[in-house]
Amino acid sequence: MELSGAQILVDGLKREGVEYIFGVNGGAAMPIFDALYGETEIKLIPMRHEQGASHAADGYARATGKVGVALATSGPGATNLVTGIATAYMDSIPMVAITGQVFTHYIGSDAFQECDVIGVTRPICKHSYLIKSSDEIADVVAEAFHIAKTGKPGPVIIDIAKDAQNNEALFQYPETVDIRSYKPQVHGEPAQIDKAAALIKEAKRPMIYAGGGVVLANASEELRQLTLNTQIPITVTLMGLGAFPETHPLAMEMPGMHGSCCANYAFTDSDLIIAVGARFDDRVTGDLSKFAPNAKKIHIDIDASCIGKNVPVDVPIVGDAKNVLTELNKQVRTADIDPWRDQIQEWKQKYPFEYEQKSDIVMPQFVIEKIYEHYSDAIVVADVGQHQMWAAQYFKFTEPRQWLNSGGLGTMGFSLPAALGAQLGCPDKTVVNINGDGSYIMTIQELVPAVTMKLPLKIFIINNMYLGMVRQWQELFHGKRYSAVDYHDNPDFALLAQAFGATGLRVEHPEDVEPALQKAKGITDGPVVIDFIVDEEENVFPMVPAGAGLGDVIRGLS
Amino acid sequence: MNPEERHIFSVLVENRFGVLARVAGLFSGRGFNIDSLNVAETHDESISHITLVTHGDAQIIDQIYQHLNRLIDVIEVTDLSTAGTHVERELVLIKVATDDPQKRTEILQVAEVFRGRVIDMKPASLVLEITGDEGKLKAAIDIFNTYGILELARTGKIAMLRGSEK
Repeated sequence: MELSGAQILVDGLKREGVEYIFGVNGGAAMPIFDALYGETEIKLIPMRHEQGASHAADGYARATGKVGVALATSGPGATNLVTGIATAYMDSIPMVAITGQVFTHYIGSDAFQECDVIGVTRPICKHSYLIKSSDEIADVVAEAFHIAKTGKPGPVIIDIAKDAQNNEALFQYPETVDIRSYKPQVHGEPAQIDKAAALIKEAKRPMIYAGGGVVLANASEELRQLTLNTQIPITVTLMGLGAFPETHPLAMEMPGMHGSCCANYAFTDSDLIIAVGARFDDRVTGDLSKFAPNAKKIHIDIDASCIGKNVPVDVPIVGDAKNVLTELNKQVRTADIDPWRDQIQEWKQKYPFEYEQKSDIVMPQFVIEKIYEHYSDAIVVADVGQHQMWAAQYFKFTEPRQWLNSGGLGTMGFSLPAALGAQLGCPDKTVVNINGDGSYIMTIQELVPAVTMKLPLKIFIINNMYLGMVRQWQELFHGKRYSAVDYHDNPDFALLAQAFGATGLRVEHPEDVEPALQKAKGITDGPVVIDFIVDEEENVFPMVPAGAGLGDVIRGLS
Repeated sequence: MNPEERHIFSVLVENRFGVLARVAGLFSGRGFNIDSLNVAETHDESISHITLVTHGDAQIIDQIYQHLNRLIDVIEVTDLSTAGTHVERELVLIKVATDDPQKRTEILQVAEVFRGRVIDMKPASLVLEITGDEGKLKAAIDIFNTYGILELARTGKIAMLRGSEK
């Protein structure tokens, strides 16, 4: 039977198991929105800004492991998706972004709301397709989902001309996808795995360094086995938090610029780093010339281009973390490294994350600790900035996909829409959004659909009336010249929440933190926003200044 | 700083709209160099062959190889500079001024030395086609420069592994 291109698209999305589409309607995408009208199998979630749509699709994908889908019109609709697409690309999140495009005979003519979205997004997506004919749609949808979720996941863009949406074609959905030029290597070379096992046996000061790739590969269980079987201390990056329980004695907590002293000192002294699904990002390594000078490196990654990119590697293993760890686990046993473990424990005890509690003012770290007390099982979606680092430090994550944040691109405004997507994907979980006052207002409009859908989001704003992380750098490195970071003109976020139809609370004193959190817990018929007015000039420590080595970590200012 | 080397990559790609932009964008976006680039359809019309000459230290060359491989439309990447012995050719068209008839005879003799072919002749100029490797083309261009080159176009290098090596 012949169907319109738009209907073929929707039927294809159903075949891919899509539950939600996050979108904003507009001229060149109207046939697709029309095909979704009254659709019951796929729920269309109208967002208030296309950036929100792409972050919501991303949050859904991070929380569930499934492919998130965003939908927008041509031109400005498509360009508004861009930040969300780049965010997903940097963190390797499986996403399909669908954009309407002007009629094929207008393409290239600078038509109304025309934009070369394929050109604009080329460097920030895994792949992209421009569809000019209805009969291409089914194959492209199948390919796009296959590419988005296999290998190293990432966003794929499908740009569909309006006439291709309108015209009819036969719906024939491919049963399998075979792309001759795309064959991700998922099994590690056995010889390389043998070499890795041999290095692990010899090492005296080994450590495991696990990243977001472990979460993406659903390899958390295998990572835990490796750690427990070998009893080798482990540090998990910002992107991987929860892959290994932070509460475990072997956990050294997060490494890097605002990571634990223990993890950073361990890197500096280690003789073997077992990197799994981590990419030696500059925020983790600090000055490369001082990074882990005495350590051999084993690097397990699905993306060969990530291996050796920043740091020379002794044993590269290209493959899916789950497969590789399963094989590696067969060869390893408890490491004989007691003095090293003792050293790690000493650092852990000596240098925990710590802050100075004050009686008259709410400390941001204290708020995070209280949130952790109340919501230790929740999915936590953080934004970007100081609050993100405090959340990473003081909330002890124990499960993969429990912690969602824009680690790679560092996109402010990510978290509220991402939390909305996560809540839809995981309706039985509590979703806590830890936000900053700067980042919250960047995508605050997405409170509208959250209220409409009565999503019980817990939105906690760590409000220091500054663009705090930038202010911190200005304080430390720019002579306290607070250029364009003073946010004392913030609106009253509690009142604003009420205007949106959500519950809004404001907390200004330490003794009110607990009751407010209690109250928030009882509100289940819609979002609750708590505006925590915190110490304005508190800094995030420890800190490895940009360009310094990990050994030069500043533990705190006192 | 590690020593920089020139490498020739042979890249088979899907013969599709936009693939060249993806390859070129990869180089510009990551700050890799393109010294020359040639792309055309192969005997299989669904596949294009790209010959790409680049330079960088060993780490950069490895990154170029990996990132080319990572593009979805790339079917196969071969670093001809390391994969074995290869043959390479480039073709240049040179339009030389011949306003002086006596000079024309001389130019034709020089062209003969480089096994150049005359493919167009006008009263005041002629167009030569010369094929060869980099060194030969450079020598030819240097000589013809002394007569006055009016226009020059070259294909960029094309290359492949020798017979039994693939």
